[in-house]
Amino acid sequence: TSAQRNRSNAQGKPRNPTLKNEDLKEMLESNKESLKLEAMKRIVGLIAKGKNASELFPAVVKNVASKNIELKKLVYVYLVRYAEEQQDLALLSISTFQRALKDPNQLIRASALRVLSSIRVPIIVPIMMLAIKEAATDLSPYVRKTAAHAIQKLYSLDPDQKEHLIEVIEKLLKDKSTLVAGSVVMAFEEVCPDRIDLIHKNYRKLCNLLVDVEEWGQVVIIHMLTRYARTQFVSPWREEGGIERTIYSFYDSEEERKVEQTRPYIMDPDHRLLLRNTKPLLQSRNTAVVMAVSQLYWHLAPKHELSIITKSLVRLLRSHREVQYVVLQNIATMSIQRKGMFEPFMKSFYVRSTDATHIKTLKLEILTNLANEANISTILREFQTYVKSQDKAFAAATIQAIGRCATNISEVTDTCLNGLVLLLSNRDETVVAESVVVIKKLLQTQPSQHSDIIKHMAKLFDNITVPMARASILWLMGEYCEHVPKIAPDVLRKMAKTFTNEEDIVKLQIVNLAAKLYLTNSKQTKLLTQYILNLGKYDQNYDIRDRTRFIRQLIVPNEKSGALSKYARRILMAPKPAPVLQSAFKDRDRFQLGTLSHTLNSQASGYLELSDWPAVAPDQSVRNVEVVEPVRLPCIFILFYFLKIMLKIESESEENSDDSNKSSSSQSEKSSSESDSEKKKKTLKNKKLQQQKPDSKDRLLLIIMTKYILIHIVLSISTQFFVNCMCSLLHLCVFLACQFDAVSWHVHVSLQASSPVFVPETSHELLHRMTGKGLSAQYRFTRQPCIYGNSMVSLQLTLSNSSDQALENIHISEKSSTGQNIHRFNAIERLEPQASVTVSMGVDFNDSTQAANFQLCTKEDEFSVSIQPAVGELLLPITMSEADFTKEQGKLMGMNESSATITMKPENVSSQSVNRKVVSVANIGVIPSSQENIYRFAGKTVSSGSLVLVSVALKDPDAVITINTEKTVIGSMLLRQFKTALTNSGP
Amino acid sequence: MIHSLFLVNASGDIFLEKHWKSVVSRSVCDYFFEALERATEPENVPPVIPTPHHFLINVLRHRIYFVAVIQSEVPPLFVIEFLHRVVDTFQDYFGVCSEAAIKDNVVVVYELLEEMLDNGFPLATESNILKELIKPPTILRTVVNTITGSTNVGEQLPTGQLSVVPWRRTGVKYTNNEAYFDVVEEIDAIIDKSGSTITAEIQGVIDACVKLTGMPDLTLSFMVNLDISSELNFACCFARQCTVTPVTTVFFSLVAIPVYVKHNISFREGSSQGRFELTLGPKQTMGKAVESVLVSSQLPRGVLNANLSPSQGTYTFDPVTKLLSWDVGKINPQKLPSLKGSVSLQTGASKPDENPTINIQFKIQQLAISGLKVNRLDMYGEKYKPFKGIKYMTKAGKFQVRT
Repeated sequence: TSAQRNRSNAQGKPRNPTLKNEDLKEMLESNKESLKLEAMKRIVGLIAKGKNASELFPAVVKNVASKNIELKKLVYVYLVRYAEEQQDLALLSISTFQRALKDPNQLIRASALRVLSSIRVPIIVPIMMLAIKEAATDLSPYVRKTAAHAIQKLYSLDPDQKEHLIEVIEKLLKDKSTLVAGSVVMAFEEVCPDRIDLIHKNYRKLCNLLVDVEEWGQVVIIHMLTRYARTQFVSPWREEGGIERTIYSFYDSEEERKVEQTRPYIMDPDHRLLLRNTKPLLQSRNTAVVMAVSQLYWHLAPKHELSIITKSLVRLLRSHREVQYVVLQNIATMSIQRKGMFEPFMKSFYVRSTDATHIKTLKLEILTNLANEANISTILREFQTYVKSQDKAFAAATIQAIGRCATNISEVTDTCLNGLVLLLSNRDETVVAESVVVIKKLLQTQPSQHSDIIKHMAKLFDNITVPMARASILWLMGEYCEHVPKIAPDVLRKMAKTFTNEEDIVKLQIVNLAAKLYLTNSKQTKLLTQYILNLGKYDQNYDIRDRTRFIRQLIVPNEKSGALSKYARRILMAPKPAPVLQSAFKDRDRFQLGTLSHTLNSQASGYLELSDWPAVAPDQSVRNVEVVEPVRLPCIFILFYFLKIMLKIESESEENSDDSNKSSSSQSEKSSSESDSEKKKKTLKNKKLQQQKPDSKDRLLLIIMTKYILIHIVLSISTQFFVNCMCSLLHLCVFLACQFDAVSWHVHVSLQASSPVFVPETSHELLHRMTGKGLSAQYRFTRQPCIYGNSMVSLQLTLSNSSDQALENIHISEKSSTGQNIHRFNAIERLEPQASVTVSMGVDFNDSTQAANFQLCTKEDEFSVSIQPAVGELLLPITMSEADFTKEQGKLMGMNESSATITMKPENVSSQSVNRKVVSVANIGVIPSSQENIYRFAGKTVSSGSLVLVSVALKDPDAVITINTEKTVIGSMLLRQFKTALTNSGP
Repeated sequence: MIHSLFLVNASGDIFLEKHWKSVVSRSVCDYFFEALERATEPENVPPVIPTPHHFLINVLRHRIYFVAVIQSEVPPLFVIEFLHRVVDTFQDYFGVCSEAAIKDNVVVVYELLEEMLDNGFPLATESNILKELIKPPTILRTVVNTITGSTNVGEQLPTGQLSVVPWRRTGVKYTNNEAYFDVVEEIDAIIDKSGSTITAEIQGVIDACVKLTGMPDLTLSFMVNLDISSELNFACCFARQCTVTPVTTVFFSLVAIPVYVKHNISFREGSSQGRFELTLGPKQTMGKAVESVLVSSQLPRGVLNANLSPSQGTYTFDPVTKLLSWDVGKINPQKLPSLKGSVSLQTGASKPDENPTINIQFKIQQLAISGLKVNRLDMYGEKYKPFKGIKYMTKAGKFQVRT
């Protein structure tokens, strides 16, 4: 069956989708890599479908350190998805990522940082911060890019980290890699878009890098630079505000003329740089980049340079439907302000029958914006085709557009009106209704000439059912009742019959019509009006009741009506200004073009306002970057420096002292006479040196390296080519930096911490429920590297409440009696009766078995408790090769070695049982051994990181246990424990 | 930037979801479904939909909606462009981008999406880089993987990721050095009832298939034989090294239209029958044959059925969508293809206002309608002599005839 499963795995399609979670768990816990992978693939399938797979978290998270890279990636996918829901369990995976952050493979470092920063668990914020800071100085630009992405993630997780993150952003902004630029600007936009001062020094670099940045980064940088430029440069549009021309009289002297002349506008060279460097990007294949450059030109370029973006934008119209939609919206806004830009391309906006409705409407909008006296006849001809379109919504929009053209261009008003009247006999209702509404608006401009149109519409009235259209006709009747004195009362009569069945909007207009007719022609309509007002009085809609009451008081004179009724005629029949038909895109230019806010015409969250041009340009010199002059002196300093390093290392290797502080302090004394810049460099390097473990292997490497470098330097000087020397020195510096990092990796590789071989389940009592007044606490050693600090031992605390009332505010008191550094767990606000909670904490035992004493507090009580670590828990397992092991062992002889001979029980002799016994006593790693009867184990102390090497040699029936470590106390204590463990029988 | 992605099929079911930040409940798609319901055609769904807390940006490709969830301000084209890039990548990997293909390869899809975005910001979208990170599934590879237990996932950072020309790997070597260029021109046109051209544009694309060792610089020179009134604008993505498909746009004010259509479509008031006649003919083709001609037309809603007879090729009429399509094939100038017959209207339906628009597709081999010619191709920076080839083709883009 496994072969079958494998086959379905290969297709990536779960053959048996009903497989239960239990089966998946079983598969994940199996030994076979292929089964695990298959299970993970199915789980990812579940996630993709939106099914809940959070139950499997413990089983999945175990595989986080898998060797199989695909399996690992799938676990990452899972982890990122569910870590937020299972925070405590997610913490178990952190150490794996911390380790991977040091991996020599940049892809692994980067992906570790990606996943670590994607785990949205607030408790790991400090770890993330540390990892980001470290990755920001990584040699690989890809890792630095990932660090820039991580900044945003950390910021959204914990906005309090803002200040620290800004520091990292500042550092990354200086980065010269094109890979990093886009991502760090994105982080800048998200975290601190107002810190424009961080950009100054990097402005020119960003402009120059822009062409080589990846396309997505380009979009972000261009948008940011648009905002930047609007705050730093003066407007290039000044000449358009009002052309100031002074007429010089013949007698004016030369000087006077100079004074009078307005200062000509000179563009800041940095402003020009931005425009020049973005221009080639108009030819990008990425439509977002083209749009970004277009909006930059729109907002920043002098008006006469705008024409270059036109063609690029029109080219985008050949792209996908959605791209067309956004581009057309932006063109619509542009075309209102600058018709000339797009007029030559008018035909590109002609509607095709295959366009989507929203594309059609936008094209219509643009065509209407572009209409002028010269092209209106062409546009109207085109509109005639659109009116006949099968898409009735579009036809209605066209009628609106015709109305707009008619009001904007007075020459064609009559033509348009005639055309619209023809449409009144159209068979489609929406078309007719829309025509009526538009005609109504047009008639308001010159009603007297068009009484026959009003008559015509009155005739049509019975056939029109669209409420808006009916209301419009009624309004026209009322407003111009003097032009149609015979028809209007008749219409009112008809309406009185149907009043109760009309829509609200129509009813209101009926009331209006009645009122107006009452005032002008009360003889014929008095009774009708009263009838209608009575109907309106009892209408269901309160607006209509309200209006009726108001109108009655206004027009029907009675003793109660005050002075107002005298003015009724003037109020109701006042000449009304014609409505202005405007483009829906009129006010869109308040938003930066190309933004989401512009597309929606409402401010989206996170929208950054584009500021107005400053009246006076801010200081230009802020953008100046000091160019580092190549000086001769540093060359010699560096030479000195290398010599010193070499001396130091060699002396160290002779002294064999483990006190690196001493040598470094003597070092700084020596250097006090030297120049400042040199000192800075040196301390930096010294720091690096201090980080190196005083490990002979590293020393050897360093010596070899330094000698190699020295030879190079001497060679380059002796050849007398000074320039050559400078070059090679620079190279060497880079090389050296690389090597230092390589060494630090190497150190980690050789002393690589590994995951614990065995984690004991036994927990120890911390507080009994009797002494704790119901609160009981147990602790156990998780044997994982502690996430709170490198020198801490990680502990898991289980608190339970066995009393019958809830306990509140359980925490560890601030004062520690024994002076150990303790990372407290976050206070537990409330623990219900019979409930228990597991928390994790870290204690720095300082490599001693001295108990850590502290106060466990509840709201009411304090309990003194102490944790006594077994010596084996003060270690962390490491892996190394067998050769390394014997070499290290050779160095730790004499005082540092303790051994004992014991007699083994026969049942303990097997390799399995020896291994099990040893790893259960101490948290150390198993070293593969080539000799059959010798078992080797290695670990390091948690606080100081000293090596602890254990070997067990079996010589039937005896066994020799040897422990080599600098920490002799730990060594002898361990020995005692191993002795008892290996001589006792039982598991 | 991009928070989440939902894939919705034609029947309105979400069949895949992916989140790059905190999980957004799929109920956010309800706003999208509302818009979908309101839209009369699938294409009419607005690309940007605001909801109370999020914004939905969607693209429709291959009858699948790709709905991205956005929480704050971002250039909408950024998202749209990215979504199209996702579709292109799927197509590249699976051959087709269909619901079935995505469901079958859900793990690869997930791995791809994971690489393409980090925290909602694009990380690797270049197919060259992606293919090094995640190898496309092929039958051979799946078999090998099953036997050897190796995976589709690369362990090293692709070299392209670090270079300024991300589309090209470093140290490329070919045994045959060759460079082929296809000059493909598309005509977009609207022809009115009387046969006169309302608008016409030519867009040219130069498809390059270049297999050259190393990093040579290529220069392509063109010979343009145009009227003064015509205007030529090159928009290329040559970006220093010519290695991938550049896009060229050419705007012309005078465009030679290679085909003409004679049509007579009429409906009479009161009658349930309408007349339908179409004849196609070549025009200004410089002696080249017009091939693969396909005529399609959306007939008015009132049409019940069509009873037509083509002089060549086959025609189909879908009574549900009212779509008429006629596969003509090659136009023979001696015997012009025609489609004649009658269409029946629904009883009681009134005469349609508008006659249907006719969309035409065609191809003409060995002709660049704009008159553009590639003069020569020069290569610098490498020593060998490449084999060069050039091909021309003209085809119809959005070619519409109003009747």
